[in-house]
Amino acid sequence: MNQIVKKVILSENVVKLEVEAPLIAKSRKAGHFVIVKTGKYGERIPLTIASADIRSGRITLVIQKVGKSSRKICALNEGDYITDLVGPLGKATHIERFGTVVCACGGVGTAPMLPIAEAMKKAGNKVVTVLAARTKELIILEEEMKCFSDEIIIMTDDGSYGQKGLVTNGVEQIINREKVDLCVTIGPAVMMKFVSLLTQKYSVPTVASLNTIMVDGTGMCGACRVTVGGKTRFVCVDGPEFDAHQVDFDEMMLRLNAYKDYE
Amino acid sequence: MIEDLKKQRNEVWREELRKSLKNKERIAIPRVKMPELEAAFRSRSYDEVNRGLSAKDALREAKRCLDCPDPSCINGCPVEINIPKFIKNIERNEILEAAKTLKETSALPAVCGRVCPQEKQCESQCIHLKMKSEPVAVGYLERFAADYERESGSISLPELAESNGIKIAVIGSGPAGLSFAGDMAKYGYDVTVFEALHEIGGVLKYGIPEFRLPNTIVDVEIDNLRKMGVKFITNCIVGKTLSQEDLHNEGYKGIFIAGGAGLPNFMNIPGENLSGVLSANEYLTRVNLMGANRKETDTPVFFGKNVAIIGGGNTAMDSVRTARRLGAERAMIIYRRSEEEMPARIEEIKHAKEEGIIFMNLHNPIRYVGDEKGRVKQMILQKMELGEPDASGRRRPVEIQGAIETIDVDMVVVAIGVSPNPLIPNTFSGLDISKWGTITVNRNTLQTGLPEVFAGGDIVRGGATVILAMGDGRKAAAAMHRKMKCG
Repeated sequence: MNQIVKKVILSENVVKLEVEAPLIAKSRKAGHFVIVKTGKYGERIPLTIASADIRSGRITLVIQKVGKSSRKICALNEGDYITDLVGPLGKATHIERFGTVVCACGGVGTAPMLPIAEAMKKAGNKVVTVLAARTKELIILEEEMKCFSDEIIIMTDDGSYGQKGLVTNGVEQIINREKVDLCVTIGPAVMMKFVSLLTQKYSVPTVASLNTIMVDGTGMCGACRVTVGGKTRFVCVDGPEFDAHQVDFDEMMLRLNAYKDYE
Repeated sequence: MIEDLKKQRNEVWREELRKSLKNKERIAIPRVKMPELEAAFRSRSYDEVNRGLSAKDALREAKRCLDCPDPSCINGCPVEINIPKFIKNIERNEILEAAKTLKETSALPAVCGRVCPQEKQCESQCIHLKMKSEPVAVGYLERFAADYERESGSISLPELAESNGIKIAVIGSGPAGLSFAGDMAKYGYDVTVFEALHEIGGVLKYGIPEFRLPNTIVDVEIDNLRKMGVKFITNCIVGKTLSQEDLHNEGYKGIFIAGGAGLPNFMNIPGENLSGVLSANEYLTRVNLMGANRKETDTPVFFGKNVAIIGGGNTAMDSVRTARRLGAERAMIIYRRSEEEMPARIEEIKHAKEEGIIFMNLHNPIRYVGDEKGRVKQMILQKMELGEPDASGRRRPVEIQGAIETIDVDMVVVAIGVSPNPLIPNTFSGLDISKWGTITVNRNTLQTGLPEVFAGGDIVRGGATVILAMGDGRKAAAAMHRKMKCG
C-alpha cells in the first residue's frame, strides 16, 4: 500500500500523483516504470515514473485517463492508497554525452521524458525539447521541462499555443538547422511511428520508449511483446526503450487495441 | 534416516496393524476411485474437479498399503515423506497424526496431494505394481489427511527450534521458496520471503487453475508458514526494488533464489504477435491471479469460441481446460507428437478428454493469419508423423510433406515451455549462469558461486514440477543450515 501525498490535475484527462514509495524513489533511474494496481480486483497497468525524490521518498506518476483502470487511478485523492505498486521495472535509459539530443514528446509522453531530459542534460548534452499536443490545455510539464532543456519548441495541432503543426514539424525544424546526434521520442504509438519515419529519412539515431499492455511487468506473461528488427522482444524486460527505426509500430498499435472490446 | 524408519516401523501400533489383516487380503482390495464433478457440469464451472476421498474410502485405501520393511515409495518422493507412517496413521484413524507426519518433511501437503505427478514418483515405486496390482493411492491419501486437518480447525504447526536470530532472505514465494522458508523456520532462522507479484504463492497462484488447486488451499498453507514466523513482503523485486547490496546491509546472512522460470517461450513463426495469440503464462495469469473471468475484476481476458492451445504439457492442459470453462465451443490441443509422448499427467489428459477437449496430435502450427484488425482468425498446421527417437528419448516428429491444414481460430495460447527469468541473473553479480539462462549450482548443496547464496526450483532446473522445486527448497535449507552451523 502506497499513499498518495499530492494530487495535481494537469489537464482534463491528465493527473499528476506524488506517491510514497521510498525504495523505488531510491533505486529508480531515467526510463524506468512501475506497475500499479488499484483495489482488490484492480488491473495491473504500467506507468512511467516522471520524477522521484530520495529525501522525501516520493515518486511522481503522471496518468492519462484512457481506460477503466487509468480512470480509477485518476479518481484517487490525496490521502488515498494505491493498493499495489511495484518497481522500478525495465531497463534504464542509456545516458551518455551524445552532443545534441532532441526530446520529442507527444501529450502525456512528456512525463516519462522528464527524467530522461534531466539525465541527458546532466550528462552534458544540448537538449532541445519538442512538446506537442492537440491543443494548448494538453501541453503539460512545460515549466519542469524548461529546467532541463536548452530550448523548447511547442507544437499544437490547432495552433492554440506555440506553432501550429505536429511534433514532426518541430523535430524537422531542428534537424534542418543543426546536427542532431540523438532523438528520443515518447508519446502515442502513431506519433512515435511518424517521428521515427522522419528521423530515418535524415539518418538521426532515434530511441522510442514504448508503453504496451503488460500484466506482471517482469517478463512473465509476454503481453508486451513487440517486433524489433524482425525479432520478438519484451518491452518489460528488454525495453521499454528500443531503436525506433527497428520497431514495428503498426503491429504494436494493433496489439494495443487487443482488449478494447473486452474491457 | 533408515534407522529412524525402521524404529518407527517397529512401534507396537504399527506391528499390530500389520497383523490385523493378511497381505493377501490387503492386496485384494481394489484401488479407490477419486470422486469427480461430472464432466458436463465441471467444464462450465471453476469448482475443483477432484472432490477428495470420504473417510470411509480413505481408511479402506490405507489398508492396501503393506507397510513394507523397505518402503521404496519414499525414494520416489522428492521431499521424502514417510509414506507408510502417514498411511498407517490413516488406517488406524489417527488422521491428525497422519497430517503431522506429512508436515515433518513437506511444507505444502494439501498442494502436493493435488498437483504432484504421483504416478511418476511415489506411486511408481509401490510394491503393488510388482504384483500386477494398481499402486496405493498415495496422492489421494495425502490430500485426504491434509484436507481433514485443515477442516478440523486444529492445524498443527511443526516443532520449531529455538530462534537463532539469523536473518535469511528468500527470493520468490513459489513452491521452492515456500518449502525452503518452512524448513529454515523449523531450524530457528528469521526468514523473510520477497515476492515480485502482489500475491504470495508464485506458480501455485498464477499458474495452476483453481479447478485443480483452489487458491484458498494455498492460502491456508501460507498462513501456516506465517504462524511459524515466516515474513512475506509482496511487490518487491530483489535486483530492482532492493539490490543485492541492500540485502547485505539489512543483515541477511543467507539468500535463497527461487525466482522461477518466468519467461514464456514462443515458436517465432509468422503471425505469432497477432492479437489473440498469447502465452499460457499470460492467459493463466489473467484468469487465475487477476480473476479476469469474474465480473467484479478489471482485468480483461479473451473469451474465445475456437481456441487452440499449442503444447502437450500440464500447462497446455490447464490452459485448454480453462478456455473450455470460459465458454470455448471448440477447445483444441495442438501437439506435434502423439499422446504417448505427452508430458502432461495422465489424469490431466483424461480430465481434458472428458470435458470435450479436442486433441489434434501430430500437428504443428507453422503460421497464423489475422483479420484487418490484426486479430488472429486462422492457423496453418503442418501434419507430422513419428520418426526415430531424439535426444529426449521420445520419437521425433517429422513433417509429412505437403500435408497442410487450415483451421479457424479466434484465440491461440502458446504453451510450449518457459525459460528462466533473466531478471535475477541480470541483476545479481557473481552468479554463474548457464547458456540456458539457469543459475548454476552445486548439485548436492544447491549453493551458487556466491557462498551465502543458494538457488533452487525452475531458476535452476529451467522448467520442472512443483514437487521437484519443493525438494530443492528442502535440500537448500538443509545445506544452508549445515553451512551456518559449521561455518
